[in-house]
Amino acid sequence: MGKRVLLVEDEPNIIEAIRFILARDGWTVETHSDGATAMDILTASPPDVLVLDVMLPGKSGFDILRDLRAHPATGSLPVLMLTAKGQGRDRELAERYGATRFMTKPFANAEVLETVNSLHVGAPGTV
Amino acid sequence: MLGRKQADLARSVGISPSYLNLIEHNRRRIGGKLINDIARELGVEPAALTEGAEAALLDTLREAAADHVRAAEELPRLEEFVGRFPGWANLISDTRRRAMELEHSVEVLSDRMTHDPFLSASLHEVISTVTAIRSTATILAETRDIDPEWRERFHRNMAEDSDRLAESAEALVRYLDEASSTEFAGSTPQEELDGWLRGQGFHVAELERPLLLEPEMILKGATGLRSAAAKSLARSYLERYRKDAEHMPLSRFHEEADLCGFDPAALAMKFGVDLAAVFRRLATLPVERVGAEIGLVACDGSGTLTFRKPVDGFPLPRYSAACPLWPLYLSLSRPMAPVRRRVEMGGRNPRTFVAYAICQPSHPAGFDGPQVLEAAMLILPEELATPLPSDSRVDVGTSCRICPRSACAARREPSIMAEAF
Repeated sequence: MGKRVLLVEDEPNIIEAIRFILARDGWTVETHSDGATAMDILTASPPDVLVLDVMLPGKSGFDILRDLRAHPATGSLPVLMLTAKGQGRDRELAERYGATRFMTKPFANAEVLETVNSLHVGAPGTV
Repeated sequence: MLGRKQADLARSVGISPSYLNLIEHNRRRIGGKLINDIARELGVEPAALTEGAEAALLDTLREAAADHVRAAEELPRLEEFVGRFPGWANLISDTRRRAMELEHSVEVLSDRMTHDPFLSASLHEVISTVTAIRSTATILAETRDIDPEWRERFHRNMAEDSDRLAESAEALVRYLDEASSTEFAGSTPQEELDGWLRGQGFHVAELERPLLLEPEMILKGATGLRSAAAKSLARSYLERYRKDAEHMPLSRFHEEADLCGFDPAALAMKFGVDLAAVFRRLATLPVERVGAEIGLVACDGSGTLTFRKPVDGFPLPRYSAACPLWPLYLSLSRPMAPVRRRVEMGGRNPRTFVAYAICQPSHPAGFDGPQVLEAAMLILPEELATPLPSDSRVDVGTSCRICPRSACAARREPSIMAEAF
């Protein structure tokens, strides 16, 4: 069984690009675009790493993060948060709700790949 | 003014009545000669005329000193300072006022930056698109052995995203352009409307004559109203004004008001309208007709002031929240029950007014929609009003920060005036 990453993001062309980069590195990439149902997907079959956008239709990434930290199946899942706002407030919220890493858009491809790989290798919870 | 007609006084000192009106409301500074002329005409000491202006100056300086440790230590010598250096004192006061205005503008602007939904949505759109383009471009540039089918797909995505980016950037530029040219005033729409109404003494002459002008026409000629939001507020105000004027024609209304001692309940019965309409109509009576100013404030269910017509001796807060003891707020807590109180506004020369207040609910969104509350308070100078028993007096202020009543039970923050009195 290979390494699985779930990408929760609503921008189709960003999904396509990230999927391409991660897939080439040997990841199995699953994607989901609706914030409201993301938790169902996550708890049904938790991935090895989650890449989570903040601005999602239906439910915000912060709310999803808080819910998944409270759930036994996903409590210690490594999470990379993506946001379009690099403000301190968003970073602070991400940290409070338990994001493992935080990245602002626009990001560099190499950076995403490196971070996702480090989340898989490193012990969950390390920043 | 000792019962003397304003127009006569203006004529005798060689100025226009409207200029005299501005002077009376402290909106024009006047020189010593004019003060002396007016004082002589009225047979009073010149100092008696400048007292109001000086009290305002002292208040502003006290407020400025409260935020400044070293100046606060010298507060006891404030009057000596103003007496010896009136020019410097005015400079400090004007600078302070300017600083407050600018602070307020910054607040309005930053509020807009943070809460403007269009701005935040377009920025998000731009950043998302840039992210997609950057990521896709990097893939195309750095992946040597890319499958032709993928390459084509990424090219298509890039073209698509570039179009989107161009569009949203254009929309953003257009929006910012418009915002800076027409919408930017550094003040809230409410303040624009207040200023416009103040400029005409809260009396819209175009709506009082037999062949009245359409509100839309009046708005076209209103240079003081810049933003679309202020114009929309003014439109609702004028529509309501027109209805009130139709139900309560000026001359007859003024006659009846005189007869019943400006009793809003009697007037409401007489003209078959509700109390709030009578309040509004009374506040539009021209001051030269009535001989005294009639004030009016209104607020919504949150207590935010939505209309302010101040009267001399009953100043209204410009930015901060008002005094919680105003009968206005009492009426807000008991909708539909009329409230009447004698109120004394604190200060150096306390003045007493009769305040009438009523809070009325409305249901603009129908039966199941939210109930919207609007409270209004009429501020009548005591000489106009029907006398009330003297033991029913309520001591009020303008706003806690500048209110001298240090022992007030409803105080929400310490006063900067307490030690000065």
